[in-house]
Amino acid sequence: MYGVGIVKGLGVTLKHFIATYVDDLRWLGHRYYNPEAFAVRQSPKARGIFTVQYPEEKLTLPEEFRYIPFLIYDELEDGTRQDRCVSCGICAKVCPPQCIWIVRLDDPETGRPIPDPADFFIDVDICMNCGLCSEYCPFEAIRMDHDYEISTYDRFAENIYDKEKLDRPASYYASIRPRNYAFDEATIVEKKAKKAASEAARKQRAAEKSQRTNE
Amino acid sequence: MTEEESPQVEEATREPDDMEQQFPGVLTLDERKGYGGYLVPPDKLVEFATQLRDELGYDYLSSVTGVDYLPEEKMEVVYHAYRTQGGPAFVFKAQVPRGDPVVPSLVGVWLGADFQEREAWDLLGIRFTGHPNLRRILMWEGFEGHPLRKDWREAYYEEDAKPFENRFPEGGVYRIEDKISFGKNVKYPSEFSPEGWIPEGDEGLYAGVGQISTDGNGGTLKTDQLVVNLGPQHPSTHGVFRMVVTLDGETVIDLQPVMGYLHRNHEQIGERNTYIMNMPYTDRLDYISSMSNNFGYALTVEKLMGIKPPERTEYIRVIMAELTRIVNHLWSIGFLLNDLGAFQTPALYAINERELVLDVFEAVSGSRMMCNYFRFGGLARDLPPGTLQTIRELIFERLPRRIDELDLYLTDNEIVRARCIGVGVLPPEKAVAFSAAGPVLRASGVPYDVRRADPYGIYDRFDFEVAVRYGGDVYDRYLVRLQEIRESIRIVQQAVEDIPEGEIQTGKALYQVRVPAGEAYGRVENPKGELGFYVVSNGKPNPWRYHIRAPSFINLTALAEMCKGHKVADIVAILGSIDIILGEVDR
Amino acid sequence: MSEELSNNENPVPESLQGQIAITSLDKIYNWSRRSSVWPMTFGLACCAIEMISTAASRYDMARFGMEVFRASPRQADLMIVSGTVTKKMIPIIVRLYNQMPEPKYVLAMGACASGGGPFKEGYNVVSGVDKFVPVDVYAPGCPPTPQALLHSLIRLQEKIDGQSVLEVPWYRREPIEEIPQPVLGPDLVDPRDIPDFAEKLKAQEERLAAEPE
Ligand code: SF4
Ligand code: SF4
Ligand code: SF4
Repeated sequence: MYGVGIVKGLGVTLKHFIATYVDDLRWLGHRYYNPEAFAVRQSPKARGIFTVQYPEEKLTLPEEFRYIPFLIYDELEDGTRQDRCVSCGICAKVCPPQCIWIVRLDDPETGRPIPDPADFFIDVDICMNCGLCSEYCPFEAIRMDHDYEISTYDRFAENIYDKEKLDRPASYYASIRPRNYAFDEATIVEKKAKKAASEAARKQRAAEKSQRTNE
Repeated sequence: MTEEESPQVEEATREPDDMEQQFPGVLTLDERKGYGGYLVPPDKLVEFATQLRDELGYDYLSSVTGVDYLPEEKMEVVYHAYRTQGGPAFVFKAQVPRGDPVVPSLVGVWLGADFQEREAWDLLGIRFTGHPNLRRILMWEGFEGHPLRKDWREAYYEEDAKPFENRFPEGGVYRIEDKISFGKNVKYPSEFSPEGWIPEGDEGLYAGVGQISTDGNGGTLKTDQLVVNLGPQHPSTHGVFRMVVTLDGETVIDLQPVMGYLHRNHEQIGERNTYIMNMPYTDRLDYISSMSNNFGYALTVEKLMGIKPPERTEYIRVIMAELTRIVNHLWSIGFLLNDLGAFQTPALYAINERELVLDVFEAVSGSRMMCNYFRFGGLARDLPPGTLQTIRELIFERLPRRIDELDLYLTDNEIVRARCIGVGVLPPEKAVAFSAAGPVLRASGVPYDVRRADPYGIYDRFDFEVAVRYGGDVYDRYLVRLQEIRESIRIVQQAVEDIPEGEIQTGKALYQVRVPAGEAYGRVENPKGELGFYVVSNGKPNPWRYHIRAPSFINLTALAEMCKGHKVADIVAILGSIDIILGEVDR
Repeated sequence: MSEELSNNENPVPESLQGQIAITSLDKIYNWSRRSSVWPMTFGLACCAIEMISTAASRYDMARFGMEVFRASPRQADLMIVSGTVTKKMIPIIVRLYNQMPEPKYVLAMGACASGGGPFKEGYNVVSGVDKFVPVDVYAPGCPPTPQALLHSLIRLQEKIDGQSVLEVPWYRREPIEEIPQPVLGPDLVDPRDIPDFAEKLKAQEERLAAEPE
């Protein structure tokens, strides 16, 4: 019969319409700003429509979420900052739109490069949030931030991020990406152990060598 | 690096093989290291192509593209043809001198060559004699130069290849436009002066306007022909797409697609990038289904490198690619209904489900749309804990229920049927001739699906059906998509059950991969159709040629044919049923 | 940083200070404008998909009175430039902008619209829509997630809150000039460049000549 299809369709719409209210009733009294309800209503178990009341409530970001990169520094006991970045330049080389600029200075006395970057720029008007810099950084120094609330009124003044703006403490990293942080810490410890071992081996070899030459 | 054996090399034995004997003097084997296929002299091209199509059954021309071999002073046009019954490609090439690159056009043999040859003319300056309408397609008429030629330089040119030298260690951040005297991304020929110069208009597009006709309206009334521009800023053109429609009353007499409003120079940037850098760029091709694009590119480069990903990776790849297909088809069905006038509601229901799948993508890859998840021989990272559970919930409970609901909601709706059935019919032989792909081809009754016809990854392990319908109209394309969502759900269900534990990366994940010299054409069945990547490597860190066979671009070749004789309002529905995405059409 | 920017003092001119009427009028005027910012249906590229998602039920721009997407620039208050701006497209964007009635706002959504984005070096890409039309809010990100877009829309509302009837240009007597529409030539030609075109062309030649091969 003509029109049955339309009526069936209307039925589906009605079902959707009602489902939202039924779900609202289920959470009666605490339907907004309630983390427990929020978790269920934003998942595949949701019924009806599930609106996020941004900015009052925000979606929980998954750990891997990436936006703009940031640089990590460790806070030493005496209050100084220790950059993890050693200006190796790999992130600048791998960045697809080439939006990372790193300034590495040489020590005027020895002529050897200083590991801490003198400055570090990311043009966020070019950055494609791809995460390759963080993926290939061999020193766990650059990671992807979760902060997406970065809109500005003036891009010329604000949208090239310098080191000041990119720096974040390791504790911040731990707070947004606990699993990655734990993994990185383990890698760092492992690397340190390896380095110490190879250092020790080198020393021993040198000692043996000098012993031999002495003989 | 060039000494390394690439997988295609073994095939290139020096005995004149069957094909060469069958076509003496026409075919010669391409003997360059890492290359395959045959060389055809340009003057015998049309004759050979006709034989190939009619006698050998290679009825489907997948890709046409040019390569600029600057050091050898040659231009090469590369053709990939297939049989719709399935099987590997037949590759043939025509070489012409770089100074005067002229190749006969193959539009007469395969209609699907039309746009692709225009693109090669536009970007590489290869002239195709006998082409009915050899105009620029992505850039505008009057643009200076052919940008994909290796000696062409854009205004923001810094260096031939990335990484650029000055990023490290001197730093010295700058905005490149500050170095250009115009302050913009522009470059003019030295003798150009804007005074007294007249820009080229759209006259070519409006040819034949203003004729008086009596057909198309029963022959009683004399009507003026009218040209209507749809787009590029139009709510129903799915982005910045433009159609110049010639009308007689309400009836479409002719339609010319105009594109390039989102031409982002993907291929040129890709040839400057290193291999790994292209991965995030592929996300931005068909930005609704970024995971599948990743898949295609990863496959192609893996083919060149001769590596295979581990078992677990293969499963995750299939899961992600099929989830992408679900997302894409949901989106396209929702917006087809939008185009039909069911404004918003069906689209919103579809987007709701899409959001849930995007949550999975975000958890896995870090971004909702631009996933950048695949690596050569592996993946960026393993699935985070709990994700498989979410996928299970989605794929076993929520999505099947919702798809049934969508089916109930739309399929029998009389208005949908009235607007869709018999509209935009593309008969099967035309669909094949136009190189249509994906749901457009399968709705015309050609059961051609790359996952079946030329399986890649581990698709041969799954039990699924190739959705096919025989009407070739808008309604059947909708039904094919619905069916494909169901099949994708089935595939993911199987994959989620069988997925093994284990490594996700073959070898070490490097930021500078070693790719031996050679060429490779990899293709995957994207939600929109066959997505192909043609990559030529010369052993350096950057690809020499990086070409994309974009399904939505080539599907548009058939648009005019489908629209003729229908009403204006149907154009929008037909366009919606082709399911184009401008990032891929214009690249 | 966001606090200091969002804290826009209502700039009341000296002579009017103490006149409560204007500030109250401003409040009402701005409240009604900020609560009905109608964007134009104008999707360019990938970012447009996120814009559509923002308008969909999960993020629901209607909560800000912005759900009324208008297909015609004549009825729109806000142009969300959502995606890569190409040279072929910019003449149309400028024309659409000129067609919008005052008060009008432009939101550059995504890295591409703000400053060129990942495709900046490409030969057909305009490095930022602000090279041609004035932009009010920039939302970096590729693409900005729906929540990021909502954030930038809130920033736009804050900007509107800071405007005063007495100062806004659209109630002045002098007409607001249209932006000259660029033309497509051998490359994009901006009419504003034409007065000293020859000079700039010479500078370009010199730069190209100075460049090492
Ligand atoms: S790769 Fe890591 S350590 Fe090296 S320069 Fe970049 S941030 Fe610093
Ligand atoms: S996220 Fe990607 S584009 Fe952005 S700085 Fe890192 S590598 Fe470059
Ligand atoms: S900013 Fe990124 S997502 Fe947005 S249009 Fe540009 S490339 Fe696409």
